[in-house]
Amino acid sequence: MTSSTSVSAKNLYKVFGRRPKDAVRKLQNGASRNEIGTQETAAVIDASFDVKPGEIFVVMGLSGSGKSTLIRMLNGLLEPTSGSVTIAGTEIAGVPAATLRRVRQQNVSMVFQHFALFPHRTVLDNAAYGLEVQGVAKAERLERAQKIVKIVGLDGWQDKYPSQLSGGMQQRVGLARALATETDILLMDEAFSALDPLIRREMQEQLLELQAELGKTIIFITHDLNEAMFLGDRIAVMRDGRIVQIGTPEDILTDPANDYVAQFVQDVDRARVLTASSVMEPARAVVPLTAGPRGALRVMRDLQAGAAFVLGRDLTLLGVVRDSHVMRQVKANDTDLAKIINQEHASVSPDAALVDLFELAVESPLPIAVVDDNRRLLGVIPRVTLLAALGNVPTNTSPMAVIEPVSIIPDAELDTVLAQGELAASTAGQQGDN
Amino acid sequence: MDDFRIPLGKWADQGVDVLTDTLRPLFDLIRLVFTAIYDAVEFVLITPPFWVIILAAVVIAFMVKGWKFAAGTAVGLLLIVGVNQWETSMESLSLVLVASAIAIAIAVPLGILAARSDLASTILRPVLDFMQTMPAFVYLVPALIIFRIGVVPGIVATVIFAMAPGVRLTELGIRSVDSEVVEAGQSFGSSPWRILRQIQLPLATPTIMAGVNQVIMLSLSMVVIAGMVGAGGLGGQIVQALSRIDVGLGAEAGISVVIIAIFLDRLSGALAGKRRSPLRWFTGRNKESQKLAA
Repeated sequence: MTSSTSVSAKNLYKVFGRRPKDAVRKLQNGASRNEIGTQETAAVIDASFDVKPGEIFVVMGLSGSGKSTLIRMLNGLLEPTSGSVTIAGTEIAGVPAATLRRVRQQNVSMVFQHFALFPHRTVLDNAAYGLEVQGVAKAERLERAQKIVKIVGLDGWQDKYPSQLSGGMQQRVGLARALATETDILLMDEAFSALDPLIRREMQEQLLELQAELGKTIIFITHDLNEAMFLGDRIAVMRDGRIVQIGTPEDILTDPANDYVAQFVQDVDRARVLTASSVMEPARAVVPLTAGPRGALRVMRDLQAGAAFVLGRDLTLLGVVRDSHVMRQVKANDTDLAKIINQEHASVSPDAALVDLFELAVESPLPIAVVDDNRRLLGVIPRVTLLAALGNVPTNTSPMAVIEPVSIIPDAELDTVLAQGELAASTAGQQGDN
Repeated sequence: MDDFRIPLGKWADQGVDVLTDTLRPLFDLIRLVFTAIYDAVEFVLITPPFWVIILAAVVIAFMVKGWKFAAGTAVGLLLIVGVNQWETSMESLSLVLVASAIAIAIAVPLGILAARSDLASTILRPVLDFMQTMPAFVYLVPALIIFRIGVVPGIVATVIFAMAPGVRLTELGIRSVDSEVVEAGQSFGSSPWRILRQIQLPLATPTIMAGVNQVIMLSLSMVVIAGMVGAGGLGGQIVQALSRIDVGLGAEAGISVVIIAIFLDRLSGALAGKRRSPLRWFTGRNKESQKLAA
C-alpha cells in the first residue's frame, strides 16, 4: 500500500448464515441478494474503496444496507467472508488475533452508536482505557486522557460516571476515549444518531473543528444524508449491501449515479452542501486599477452595470466602485481610481456553504465576490444564481441578467461624460507634457 | 416383557465401586482438604466466646446495610444463644460457609466457560439440571461410601446440590453484558482475558452475586440432610429430634436454622445490591484517578 491510502477495502463480502462461502460464490457469479438461499443473509456485497489519510469518508445508507457490518470489518470485529481490508499497510482479514489486537491498539479506534461506555469507570478512566490497553503507565495515561477530556469540552466532569452525564456528553466521552489513543484512523458508527438534533449539530461542528486540528482519517457511518453531506469529504452511498456511488457531496447531489441516489438526495438541504465555488460565475464587471475611472465607466456602460470590481496586481480584489462615484471623478478630472474604492463589499471563500451566503446577499446590493486565500477574485455569486442553485435550476440554459444593480445613470449621459472626460484627459496630458 | 429390566442400579453400584477403587488416593486427598478447611472455619467460629462472634456479625451487618439489620442480627443471634443452640449453629454455619465457598469457586469459572462457549453451555445445562433435581439423599449414599461418615460427605452433597444456580447466573450475567460495550473493549485491542476481567465480570457482578446468594441459601437447606450423615450441627439436632419425636428440640434447632438463613440471605443480598462491585479488588480499580483530578 502506498502512503496515499489509509484504509483500503477490496471486494469485501460478508454473508451471515450456514454456508457463507457458497453464497459469496453465487453473488460473484451475478446472483442477486435474494437468490442466495434462505439460510444466508448477504450484509455486504463486493464493497471496494480507498480512504485517503486525513479524509472524512462517510458511508451512508438506510438501516439494513450493511453499513454497520462494513465498518465492523474495517477493524476486524467481524471477519470478512471474502475480500481484503488493509489498515495503514497491514492486511487484517484472516490474520491471527494478536496481529489484529496490535492494529486495533495502534491504528484504529472506534466510536459507537450507543456510546458503549464502561458504566463502572469514571469519565477519565473511560478516556484512558485505550491507553491502558496499550500498556501506557498509569500516571501518563491519566494525564493524556485528562488533556483529551478537556479538548472535547468535559473539563470538570472527569470524576463522574457515564450514567451521570447527558447523551451528548456521553458521546463526548466516547470520542475522547477514541482520540486519546492517538490512532490515525477513527471509525464512527452512527456516532451522533442517538443524539437530539440540536446536540447532533453541535457535535458535528465540533468534530469538524477537531478534525481541522488533528487531521485524522475518519470513516463515519450514518443514515442521515444531511449529516453525510455536512461531514463528508467523500460519501459512499450503500443500498442492499452494495455501494452504489462514491463521490464528493457535490458529485452525489449534482450527478446522482441512479434513481435511488437521486431520490435520496431530493430532501437534502442543498444550501448546506453546495459551496460558493460550485455555483459562482465568472465576474464580468471587472476593472483593473490601472484602467482608471474612465476605463471603469466604460466597462460599466458596456455591461449596463452600476458598479464594478476593481482588481489590483495579481488579480487581487481591491474593492468595488459605483458608477455615480466614478462619474463624479471623471467630471472632476481625477485619474486615481483607488480613492473611491469601497472595500466594504461582501466576499467569501470558495468553500463557504450557500447557507452562509443568504444574509450577505440580502445586505449587499452587489453580487457576492468569491476570493481565495490571497484575495484573488475567483468569481461572483449574484442573487439570482444563489436562488437558482437552491432550486437546482441550471443557470446557463437561458440568458439571464445576472448583474446587479442596474445602472441608474442613462447611457446618453454616460457617453457625454466619457467623451468630455477623454477630451479633458487629453488636454491634461498635453498640459503635463508641457 | 416381564424379564425386561435395565440394570441401571447395578451399573451405578459398579460405577461407584470402580471409582472408589481407582480414585481412592484422590478421594482421600479431598477428604483431608475439606476436613482441614472445615475444622479451621469451625475453630474460628467456636473458640471465641459467643458475644465476640455476635459483635463481629453485628458490625458487619451495620457496615453492609445499616443499623436496622445490625439490631435484627443481634436479637436473632442472642435468641440462638438463648435456646442453647449456639455451638451447633456455628458448626452448621461453618459447613454452609465452606460448602458455599467451594461451590462458588467451582460454579463461577464454569459459568464463565459456559458464557464463552456455546458447546460448554449446551453440555452443562442438562448436567446442572441433573445435579439440582436429583434428590439429595440419592447422592448422599455414594458420598457416604466414598468419603465415609463425617462432615465431608455432607459438604460434597451440599456443593453438588447448591452449585447449579451459581453456574447459571454467572453465565446469564456475562452473556447479558451489553454487546456494544464488549465490542468497545475489543475495538481498542483488549485481549479476551482483559475484557473478561475489566468489563464482563464487573458488569455481571450484580447477577453473579444473586447467584452467590442462591448458592448460600441452597447450602443452608442441605444442612439437615448433612446432619443425617454425621455432619452434626443443627442438622444433627433435627435428626435427633425426629428420631426421639422431640418437638421442643426440633423447634429450637429449626428456629436457629431460620435465623441463620435470614442473616446470610440479607447479608449476601446486600452485597449483591451494592453499586460498587465487591469484586473491585479483583478488577484493579483504585482511587488514583480521583487523586490526579484533585
